[in-house]
Amino acid sequence: MAGFKSLNHFINKKIMKNFLRIAKQHIAVAAMVVAAATGIQSKAIAQDDKTILGAGSSFINPLFSKQFADYNAKTGIQVNYQSIGSGGGILQLTNKTVDFGASDGPLNAEQTAKIGVPVLHITQASGAVVLTYNLPGVNTHLNLTPDVIADIYLGKITKWDDARITAINKGVAIPSFPILVAHRSDGSGTTAIFTSYLSKVSPEWSTKVGGGGAVNWPVGLGGKGSEGVSGLVKQTPGAIGYVELIYALNNKLEYAQIRNKKGKWIMPSIASVTAAGNVTLPDDSKIFITDTDAPDGYPISGFTWVIIYKEQNYNGRSLARAQALLKLLWWNIHDGQQYCTPLNYAPLSKAAVKLAEKILKSATYNGKSIL
Amino acid sequence: MAEAKKELKISRPYGQIRWENAFKRSLVIIALLMVVVVAGILLTLIIQSIPSLKSLGIKYLWGKTWDPINNVYGALPFLLGTLLTSFLALIISIPFSFSIAIYLGEYNPRGWLSNFLKNTVELIAAVPSVIYGFWGILVLVPIVQKLEIKLGVLPYGIGIFTASLVLAIMIIPYAASLGREMIKMVPSPLKEGAYSLGATRFEVIKNVILPYTKSGLFAGVLLSLGRALGETMAVTMVIGNTSTIPTSLFAPGNTMASVIANEFNEADHSLYWSALVELGLALFLVTVVINVIGKRIIKRFTNE
Repeated sequence: MAGFKSLNHFINKKIMKNFLRIAKQHIAVAAMVVAAATGIQSKAIAQDDKTILGAGSSFINPLFSKQFADYNAKTGIQVNYQSIGSGGGILQLTNKTVDFGASDGPLNAEQTAKIGVPVLHITQASGAVVLTYNLPGVNTHLNLTPDVIADIYLGKITKWDDARITAINKGVAIPSFPILVAHRSDGSGTTAIFTSYLSKVSPEWSTKVGGGGAVNWPVGLGGKGSEGVSGLVKQTPGAIGYVELIYALNNKLEYAQIRNKKGKWIMPSIASVTAAGNVTLPDDSKIFITDTDAPDGYPISGFTWVIIYKEQNYNGRSLARAQALLKLLWWNIHDGQQYCTPLNYAPLSKAAVKLAEKILKSATYNGKSIL
Repeated sequence: MAEAKKELKISRPYGQIRWENAFKRSLVIIALLMVVVVAGILLTLIIQSIPSLKSLGIKYLWGKTWDPINNVYGALPFLLGTLLTSFLALIISIPFSFSIAIYLGEYNPRGWLSNFLKNTVELIAAVPSVIYGFWGILVLVPIVQKLEIKLGVLPYGIGIFTASLVLAIMIIPYAASLGREMIKMVPSPLKEGAYSLGATRFEVIKNVILPYTKSGLFAGVLLSLGRALGETMAVTMVIGNTSTIPTSLFAPGNTMASVIANEFNEADHSLYWSALVELGLALFLVTVVINVIGKRIIKRFTNE
């Protein structure tokens, strides 16, 4: 009997040991979680001026990765960029957890009000949106005019052999397919550029739908991400969709030549996208350069910006940190531009670089200019 | 032996009783923690959706337009999309999951084949949903396209029907596993009694096993439904993401979960953001309502 009891005791002891072990593990995990949560805060206000924090646009992430790696090798300054989407980047900048945000669109009225203090928009590179399609038997680039694109996306042109499409594509045998419209289902800067363009060229689009990162599409199917849209297009004969120029170039998609504001037919390319930004820009650079006035500019293009606070002394930041940030951005718009073309980004036009220089020089620390 | 006895006498009263109490207390605390988490989630959803509730009111639920530019939000297309895909998936999956449950529970409960089948079915539940999405796009969509051409509807390939098919496969293991366990637990005297009265195997299944296990089978179905309601990634990839009320089974649509996943990242103004949170709240409530109804039905089954 006694032996049985002691066995029982032994088992209980073992269970308890196990329990304690498990409990210890849990406490350790909980402590780690707490540490991680507080770590985010302390990291943000870290006075380690060798590390600069940024967050935002995923579109520009590949370019930033290359630029920042090179900058790190040259200067020892580490840039920690989180590619979480433009909206998220702006939110983090508003919460002052990063030094800069990156966005494919300028701040909207609500975001400006929320951030409360003046911010600076610094152009980094240009991107463009191309129309890609799947038309069996058509091996040349199709021509599209702004009104035709708008009416396709409004659901008013429903067949590929519509008279308005054949009239601008003389000599191309266009098959009689129904048009399947594809668009992005996730909110994105690509959609913002595309719908901004449609709003500018079509009064009907502007009143019925409007421009933004996510809109109420009159027709069509939504694909998640660029690969979702191009997947829809590849799989469906007669489909048309829009994707980033980079994505189309990297994946060798078929895309359309578009007539710009000056009446010229423009092929989307790095040169024609850079040209689109070579126009008179507003002093704050907050502009969608869609439907550009530039004679050889591709009309569906836009800037990606880095957004920083105009007054850099906030949250107890040091002057050294502010200087490091501005030097980095200065490098980005000059030497850093060499990485654009190899990665299929369109470098900034001369006009855009000049303006970005002026804007960077207007940043202050305690009211005094930094650069 | 005497020493062991001594030690036992000392450790029992203090150490062990304290241990028993501490163990019980920690169990209660951990269980209550779950309640706190669920209540916290609900509370967060409600608080964050206040701006949207205030501005849109109750008509949010039956509004048909989702227009972030003009701040008009109606959840009806997504509500319908979620319910339609989930229930359609359930209807497709039930014959498969019940067949698997009966075969593995009654005909072939042991042996390598049984184990192999059981593990394979359980593997279906372990595959990440994005993989089902890929498979859906690459394999299922072209097949559905061919079917649609034969039926004379617009050959999108993606849409409510394709999403339901993918969902159906994903939810089979839930009802099948639970059903198999339930069927295995049917007391053999009951079955033997029926056999001795001359019942055939089919008759035993129909008149003894199924009535005996129906609450368990239904619980499995409920589990499947819960999974289908909340599934996001695989559905987003094959449903077409169109914010209109689906006009047919083959039409593209959208579900609440996939709208949230798609639009949350870039929701750039507060009312838009809040409307998306409210969509989450609505999804939460739909799941609760369906669960409550399900529990009622299970209770009635077991009381009979």
